[in-house]
Amino acid sequence: MSDRERLERFLRTDPRDVGCDEAMAVLHIYVDLVVTGDDAAGRYPGVAAHLAACGPCAEDFTGLLAAVASD
Amino acid sequence: MASVELAGPTERELDAESADWLRRLSAGTGALRQQAERELHARLVRIALAEVSRRSASTPVTGPELTDVAHQAAGDAMLAILAKLADFRGESRFITWAYRFVILEVSSKLGRHYWRNPPVALDAAQWERLPDRLGIDPEEHAASAGILAEVRRVVEDELTAHQRRVFVAVVVDGIPLDAVAARLSLQRNAIYKVIFDARRKIRRALVANGYLEDGGLERR
Repeated sequence: MSDRERLERFLRTDPRDVGCDEAMAVLHIYVDLVVTGDDAAGRYPGVAAHLAACGPCAEDFTGLLAAVASD
Repeated sequence: MASVELAGPTERELDAESADWLRRLSAGTGALRQQAERELHARLVRIALAEVSRRSASTPVTGPELTDVAHQAAGDAMLAILAKLADFRGESRFITWAYRFVILEVSSKLGRHYWRNPPVALDAAQWERLPDRLGIDPEEHAASAGILAEVRRVVEDELTAHQRRVFVAVVVDGIPLDAVAARLSLQRNAIYKVIFDARRKIRRALVANGYLEDGGLERR
């Protein structure tokens, strides 16, 4: 990826992005869908778009997934 | 920004383990409930300790303070879970719902604790670090200098003062978004929205001035 593409990717926003509050409100549902192999991103495309763009929420997603997997 | 679209059924039949947690945690004030609360708290502590350990490389919080954060997060998550037990609607496993509280508490507390020993001050404006923040190859810094200078010009000339302060803190100085939210007494979503709007504004300016080509998701 070129630097210009890297910058363009960073600046590009996805209109499907639901934001932190709405993504975190359904994070447990999203994670369970991922764990069971269901199409979480297909069911919640706005959440998937947000997790792809928001580092802190993606970190929470990764943490919750790890927590559930550790049981 | 968009809203969460609840495509398809979101509620499902409660699994046996979730039903058991709910039954025991709702069992009045007796020994059954106390035992369930002890079990849940122990699990929250374990998850919180694992989570702060997983995040230890990306936070200036270390040592006993990190352990304290985990225990505080578990305690606060426990209180929130018990207070909101009636809100659990079986859309996920109970334990996934419960763990979400402790993960979010860890995030929030690490954001607040960042300022006890911050590696970067608010408003440091380390513009020379921007290429690294954006993952630009050091050997190509010179080739990217023009477009990065334009980014800086847009940030300084076209963003609002609030957008500029937040963008510089999070993107230029690399301060964790949750730490900026804590410092400015705002929610994470409010900071994200500012960054989101700033990204759109910067991108539009770069397109208008010929630094980037038009197109992409933004133009839906």
